[in-house]
Amino acid sequence: MAKSSPQPAQLYEPRKQVHNKRIDGPFRRFKWFVMAVTLTIYYGTPWIRWDRGPYAPDQAVLVDLANRRFYMFGIEIWPQEFYFVAGLLIMAGIGLFLVTSAVGRAWCGYACPQTVWTDLFQHVDRFVDGDRNARMRLDAAPWTWGKVLRRGFKWTIYLIIGFWTGGAWIMYFADAPTLVYDFWRGEAAPIAYITVAVLTLTTVTLGGFMREQVCIYMCPWPRIQTAMMDEHSLLVTYKDWRGEPRGSLKKAEKNPDAFGDCIDCMQCVQVCPTGIDIREGPQIGCITCALCIDACDRVMKDIGRPRGLIDYATLEGSKREAAGGEARPAWKELLRMRTLVYLGIWGSIGFALLFALGARSHVDLGVSPDRNPPFMLLSDGSVRNSYTLKLRNMTQAPRDMTLTLEGLEGARFWTDSIPIEDAARSITIRVPADATQTVRAYVAAPVGTSQQDFDFVLSTGGERPESDTNTTRFTAPGE
Amino acid sequence: MANKRVDEPTGTETVGHEWDGIEELNTPLPRWWLWTFYFTVAWGLAYTVAYPAWPMISKGTEGMLGWTSRGQLAEELSAADAARQTVAEKIAVTDLSKLSGNDELLQQARAGGAAAFKVNCVQCHGSGAGGNQQLGYPNLNDDDWLWGGNMSQIEYTITHGIRQPGADMRQSAMPAFEGMFDSATLSALVSHVRSLSKLEKPNAAGAVTYTDNCAVCHGANGEGNRELGAPRLNDAIWLRGSSAEAIRNQVLNPKMGAMPAWGERLDPVTVKMLTVYVHSLGGGEDFVEEPAAPPVAEADGQE
Repeated sequence: MAKSSPQPAQLYEPRKQVHNKRIDGPFRRFKWFVMAVTLTIYYGTPWIRWDRGPYAPDQAVLVDLANRRFYMFGIEIWPQEFYFVAGLLIMAGIGLFLVTSAVGRAWCGYACPQTVWTDLFQHVDRFVDGDRNARMRLDAAPWTWGKVLRRGFKWTIYLIIGFWTGGAWIMYFADAPTLVYDFWRGEAAPIAYITVAVLTLTTVTLGGFMREQVCIYMCPWPRIQTAMMDEHSLLVTYKDWRGEPRGSLKKAEKNPDAFGDCIDCMQCVQVCPTGIDIREGPQIGCITCALCIDACDRVMKDIGRPRGLIDYATLEGSKREAAGGEARPAWKELLRMRTLVYLGIWGSIGFALLFALGARSHVDLGVSPDRNPPFMLLSDGSVRNSYTLKLRNMTQAPRDMTLTLEGLEGARFWTDSIPIEDAARSITIRVPADATQTVRAYVAAPVGTSQQDFDFVLSTGGERPESDTNTTRFTAPGE
Repeated sequence: MANKRVDEPTGTETVGHEWDGIEELNTPLPRWWLWTFYFTVAWGLAYTVAYPAWPMISKGTEGMLGWTSRGQLAEELSAADAARQTVAEKIAVTDLSKLSGNDELLQQARAGGAAAFKVNCVQCHGSGAGGNQQLGYPNLNDDDWLWGGNMSQIEYTITHGIRQPGADMRQSAMPAFEGMFDSATLSALVSHVRSLSKLEKPNAAGAVTYTDNCAVCHGANGEGNRELGAPRLNDAIWLRGSSAEAIRNQVLNPKMGAMPAWGERLDPVTVKMLTVYVHSLGGGEDFVEEPAAPPVAEADGQE
């Protein structure tokens, strides 16, 4: 414990609380819009009803873990169709590549949940404590009763937002109105309470207190994004060739030729939700929400200089502009090989999924031959194999399904609920709505049948006939 | 350790090691960590006092709480038994013939029977109930039953076993014909037995010997007799093999299988569940009286 130096050097930069200033402008309004849309989707979706008839829940979007079904409007996904979800996840991944290569960190700036909820909490700060200066004063002020009350009020709002967030999450996993009712009566499943508690806690911690630290220190995405971006990606850029050297308005008026357009008013820093100075160049803390563009444009307008000192620009365009040339228009930067390839891949997966969705069958047959014993002799010399069949009816009404043998000359089969006397080559089985029926089938082939493959064919009649074929093996004594 | 010094930026003493200009700071373990460590040590010691732990010469210490793994197992087993009790009671009071009408109970019984089968029956009948021809254990999946294949017959067989002493025993014996036939007669007889199931051409001399000696139990056409557990000889299923040699051995010096009377070891509910399981393997017969075995000619028609 030998500490001789009284003040050891700090190895880490301490956190500076970000008090971002209110701003209005086209990007802020766009941010409001995205926030409204995303939050409405998140909180509202579970309450949309969707009539699926008497055999299925009437919630439009429902992840029914207990019954292993995923409902999304007119689409119902069974566990074995999980590739749809995998496909959507791949699309989401490639969608991120696409957006990032085109417009940089637009996801981070507008749509990322961390950004949306941080924004929400920052508005709460502004609502309770006032704008930037008032908040800074209050932060520095001693803990009086007034401050305690104010903080208590603010944190209560934080908690309510967090609780709502966690509450909305569990609605996706059960019938929303029933769950709300059960929840308040204390009769919901323990996992519901645990989930709400955990999500309330994480929402308040990450969105209410950690905020930009999540983006800068915890999130892996900014580190990966650099690989997605190139010199043609649109980024929020400070045009230093135009702004530098900086000088206050007073100095610049005295000596207009010695200074650039930046009057060092710090508005761009004060409105930034992550508290960075964009004039230092592209950096990991920048989530490209473009609020600094709103702030700078407003100042430029007030002092009568052209807008766009801070603007969306590409590195390549910046270089060209700095050299005195013209930057290419943004739409030309967006339509280039890289983005088009991403768009192509993204679109193909989307079309493939849509196609698969349209072409999928609502019946399914699974066959597994019993292997112990692989076959057995019946007293008349014929050979019997047993199979476990799974007949799936993925519609919302019970269906009569016909199971037929194809191939395997002379063979007949019966099941555990149909006696051997009624053995036939074709048997009709009623499968309940939205269910899997397990059936043991016994197939007997005449003396002398050799080992061979044959098919079980499952087919339904009705308005939309569907079928599924499953090839399996018939095992017989001999070589 | 000569080069101990205080590190400027952190104000911490170094331990004196230096490798390629990199030095190690002498940072002590945090207090909370040490206390956690001491606590775990104390906890560990207390644990060995409370629970069985220290090995002694003949046995280990028993612990202060009186806990044993056997005791815990017994508790869990009785809890599991209690949980099964309702189903077991229902199965106990339901007649076998009514069981097949009750889907839920039937499934419970089948599952329980499958478990009991894996404990008590697989040693002879095999894990898939396929039997063993070399050793003469019958296949329970097929449609050939020595003593009958409807539920009550199966239950009777399981309860009383085969060739076990007891009032209700399933008892029969095939005489040993060692020394009674000359070699030619024996060959003719074996030939005739094989012809019953179309393995050979008919043998008139053998048929006479058969009628005189075998038909009383195995039937005139080899249709067997379930009252006596005498196997059918005119079908394709042979408990101990269909080769001439196997049949000759069985005539001269017959082997007869035995099965324990499980009624003495298992409770009636378990026996009932086993019955349901064996019946469900695919060869189980209905309760209707079994018609006489069809003559071989019928089987011919199917070919």
